[in-house]
Amino acid sequence: MEYLSIFVKGIFVENMIFAYFLGMCSYLAVSKTVKTANGLGLAVIFVLGITVPINYLLENFVLKEGALTWLSEDYANVDLSFLSFIMFIAVIASMVQLVEMIVEKFAPALYGALGIFLPLIAVNCSILGGALFMQERQYPSIGEATVFGLGSGVGWWLAIVAIAAIREKIRYSHVPAPLRGLGITFIITGLMGIAFMSFMGIEI
Amino acid sequence: MKAIHNLIQSIKPHFEDGGKLSRFWVVFDSLETFAFTPGHVTSSGAHLRDSIDLKRTMFLVIVAMVPCLLFGMWNIGHQYHLSLGQSSDLLANVMVGAWKVIPLIVVSYGVGLGIEFLFAGMRGHSINEGYLVSGMLIPLIMPVDVPLWMLALAVAFSVVVAKEVFGGTGMNILNVALTARAFLFFAYPKQLSGEIWIHDVASSKAGGMLVDGYTGATALGHLAGTVGTAAADASQATMSMFASGGMFSLSNCFLGLIPGSVGETSALACLIGAAMLIWTGIGSWRVITSFLAGGLVMGFLFNLIGANAYMTLPPVHQVVMGGFMFGMVFMATDPVSAAQTNTGKLWYGFFGGLLSIMIRVFNPAYPEGVMMAILFMNVMAPLIDHYVIEANIKRREKRLTAAVA
Repeated sequence: MEYLSIFVKGIFVENMIFAYFLGMCSYLAVSKTVKTANGLGLAVIFVLGITVPINYLLENFVLKEGALTWLSEDYANVDLSFLSFIMFIAVIASMVQLVEMIVEKFAPALYGALGIFLPLIAVNCSILGGALFMQERQYPSIGEATVFGLGSGVGWWLAIVAIAAIREKIRYSHVPAPLRGLGITFIITGLMGIAFMSFMGIEI
Repeated sequence: MKAIHNLIQSIKPHFEDGGKLSRFWVVFDSLETFAFTPGHVTSSGAHLRDSIDLKRTMFLVIVAMVPCLLFGMWNIGHQYHLSLGQSSDLLANVMVGAWKVIPLIVVSYGVGLGIEFLFAGMRGHSINEGYLVSGMLIPLIMPVDVPLWMLALAVAFSVVVAKEVFGGTGMNILNVALTARAFLFFAYPKQLSGEIWIHDVASSKAGGMLVDGYTGATALGHLAGTVGTAAADASQATMSMFASGGMFSLSNCFLGLIPGSVGETSALACLIGAAMLIWTGIGSWRVITSFLAGGLVMGFLFNLIGANAYMTLPPVHQVVMGGFMFGMVFMATDPVSAAQTNTGKLWYGFFGGLLSIMIRVFNPAYPEGVMMAILFMNVMAPLIDHYVIEANIKRREKRLTAAVA
């Protein structure tokens, strides 16, 4: 039940895009067609689902104050949390490298379509955001951290495929010239944010 | 009729190219086609001929809304006199209602059509009729005492941001009327909650004229207060209002003798509208029936869980309260922002109904879940369509390979 609650919260209530506006750059840039958006969304789910638990282990067994006591009692006062940014990013970057190799091998067309945004998942704010939220919220076990990572990833995926479907639908709309492209996408994002506000404040 | 036609024909040259008033051609054109079926004929190819065009379609929707509007006017007066403990007759009730509702309609149409005319003139296309329906829907989903400037602001926001920037009628992704309501709800949360559902209730209260114990809250407002407590601990005073004979009994909710937004209270009036829309083929029966099914299923599931008094309410009671019926009939069926495929419409409606009841019960901050649920499903509708179409393509590909092999 606890897991389900964290998962659903990650998708709807604390949606990475509409509640925190994280990961906007690739969200805006790679949402032209549902197919590529779906690919990137799945990649984000994968990366979040892997990096959040790994970072959880790092946080709890290396970085946190007193985390190193499993080595020796002498380290009880060592606090390495000032290293957390760089450590998290290092984990994320290596995982993204892995995803990139997998996608290039098994879905070359998707690899071409995603272009620069695939390696840029490494600096996608929602990925680092996931790790930092995990750190801040102090999940009691690695299971909860994993579910949180997957839930946030699914939320991000849902947001990007939904906007991609909308953008496919309005492709032939008579949008005023200055707003075509990114301008209208920003407006759609805002309107979608209003729709997603229906879930804000739900306690589950 | 002849006289109007002659008048239009005689002033027409002024508005045509080269005329003195050619700048106002869009205005003239829209009024002419509103009064008479346009005389344009196609010059090539075969075309289907039908007298139902966008203007007539929109007009039929407005006709379907008339029962809600008239009942809403009467109910405003009824609730007003009820709150003061006075008895009143039909005429007095309708007078109070008309006094409140007609300004709302005038402001809504004035601002909305003004912006529409402006955009049409600037962008050089003819004026679309889409706003005729939205302009009537917006007053019907507002609380009766909403300040007129707020209404004007909401209309301006929704027409410009939700519709015109997407290219006008038929291009919007969210329902225009609901966007106006959501805008007001989030921009002025204080003014859009509490004692606004009955005409003048705040000042009557200050003057000590209210009937004892009268709060003026809606059914959903009362119920939202019970969410935090277990079913057995819910305030008996609140729950007895929902039992038979109480203020929010099933029959009162169905007939609409309860406080609420202007036109949403009566499930009966909404169902009359639904019958008209389905009979003329303008509203999709798929959306309406699946929306209702979704609401009933969720209400039934909540009955099974029964964690608080709100959940134990019978499903039928859930769907006749608040704006559920109104949203189902007039908002969810919006042909532009709903799902476009037939299978998609079923999913769209079902999840819309499901979410309406769910948000209502889970999220006491938003007693009116229907508005948010429909907006959310508007956002998801293109995605649903996408997957329905993909599934269809896959199915037919399979059939093709089976036929070839």
